Amino acid sequence: MVSPTSEQLLTYADGALILSHRLSEWMSNAPTMEEDIALGNIALDLLGQARGLLQHLGNEDELAYFREPQEFRNPLLCELPNGDYAHAMIRQLFADAWFAEVWPQLAADGTVDIDVRGVAEKAVKENAYHWRHSSAWVVRLGDGTDESHRRTQDALDAIWPYRGEVASDQWYARVEPVLAQATLTTPGRDAWIQRGSADGWHTEHLGYLLAEMQSLARAHPGATW
Amino acid sequence: MYSQALDERDGVADEAVNAAFEQRVAAEEKVEANDRMPAAYRKTLIRQISQHAHSEIIGMQPEGNWITRAPSLRRKAILLAKVQDEAGHGLYLYAAAETLGVSREELVDQLLAGTAKYSSIFNYPTLTWADMGAIGWLVDGAAIMNQIPLCRCSYGPYARAMMRICKEESFHQRQGFEIMVTLSRGTEAQRAMAQDALNRWWWPSLMMFGPHDSESTHSDTSMRWKIKRFSNDELRQKFVDVTVPQADFLGLAVPDPDLRYDDATGHYVFGEPDWSEFKAVLRGEGPCNAQRLAHRRRAHDDGAWVREAAQAHAAKQQAEQVA
Ligand SMILES: [Fe+2]
Ligand SMILES: [Fe+2]
Repeated sequence: MVSPTSEQLLTYADGALILSHRLSEWMSNAPTMEEDIALGNIALDLLGQARGLLQHLGNEDELAYFREPQEFRNPLLCELPNGDYAHAMIRQLFADAWFAEVWPQLAADGTVDIDVRGVAEKAVKENAYHWRHSSAWVVRLGDGTDESHRRTQDALDAIWPYRGEVASDQWYARVEPVLAQATLTTPGRDAWIQRGSADGWHTEHLGYLLAEMQSLARAHPGATW
Repeated sequence: MYSQALDERDGVADEAVNAAFEQRVAAEEKVEANDRMPAAYRKTLIRQISQHAHSEIIGMQPEGNWITRAPSLRRKAILLAKVQDEAGHGLYLYAAAETLGVSREELVDQLLAGTAKYSSIFNYPTLTWADMGAIGWLVDGAAIMNQIPLCRCSYGPYARAMMRICKEESFHQRQGFEIMVTLSRGTEAQRAMAQDALNRWWWPSLMMFGPHDSESTHSDTSMRWKIKRFSNDELRQKFVDVTVPQADFLGLAVPDPDLRYDDATGHYVFGEPDWSEFKAVLRGEGPCNAQRLAHRRRAHDDGAWVREAAQAHAAKQQAEQVA
């Protein structure tokens, strides 16, 4: 097995960090109070995973707060805006299916640092809960009311092109049955794919996300918080 | 619902039941959900517990306002967990209120309609990161003073909810104070930020204990029923006595020209809060009342289709199981 490069670890770290940020935007905005708590839990898990990897790669706050958008390696999927709850859950399903492959591999990889494996082992358990949460919601929303079905199909169509950085055969094998159970129609494995961050691309949304996230830290360089 | 029916059968006139109840409460026995209780006791508790629940839920907003700008990942995690705790507090408290025969939906509808109250402190804006420190230190600090006695409240389900909540609130208080320590030991800009936050949050925090005892409407009965243990003024004095030395430790100035330590009594003497502002905020004229309610209503309305979908899906599942 080839040991994951720092670039790969940064992709996982940034993916978790940016998705956690998006989920944290839901706090006090979720459709039920129980979902405020659930999304908070998932955001906290992802933030913990990101921090574990960033601490391995360098200074976590330097990396999070003082890099430019072009230097972030997260899949574009993770930076997509929240939209409605259907968008949030489809995005989450895609990301959870990605991490369901990432963490067990990392946890089992004897060539990576013990601290990284520790992060991955904990993340495997957390991811199992995230996946149960997102897949259950996608099914509920897809196979709920006419309105929820329409919204979830719209979300799926809009987010499908962003699967490129996370999809593999196993990913499709995880995601497709859930979408089928949700009575949704996928645009297909061959449908077009957006370019990703490894090629130096992002969506316009990341700049705003980082402008907000980094504003205070950058206004006081060198300060301790 | 079952327990409400009991009340109706008893009627307010059932003096024997009421007298027995008063005796039990005076003897510090706990009242449980299915016990007989005077209608007024039930009503008082529903009002107090639901106001408390609403406060937790509305309180997510002022602090949620800084999650996405937290200046370090460690602080972000702590703040996120704190706001999430507040949602949990809201849920425990709605559940405690439900044991008295009201539904969460009814109570939330009252909040959304603007007919229910919540703590006026959350109608103030969070303008800088230091407000995350000041809120934890002062607002959670004042909440703990108010709430520790509630762990001994005569109504069991409320008392037990408060025990859980108080543990978490004291974490929040320590985390907030730690932010203040870091800022006050930091750069000049950070110290100024900390002082500005103390200036804005000091008086609203003192007002969290409610009006003077002489003007407090529900106090006497609540004391007799062991819902309340200390008067508003007693708790406020206790808060000032504990908090002023902490401000001194931080090297920050409490914004009260009348503040002095009285050697004779061993207590701080402090100035009069602006009660006209307190009443205005209660009337809905605070800086953020309209914003907080509009936010809650928007979240509720935006979520309607999701809740409907979940119900519809559950109904389909059930139909399939039956079939
Ligand atoms: Fe709370
Ligand atoms: Fe709190």
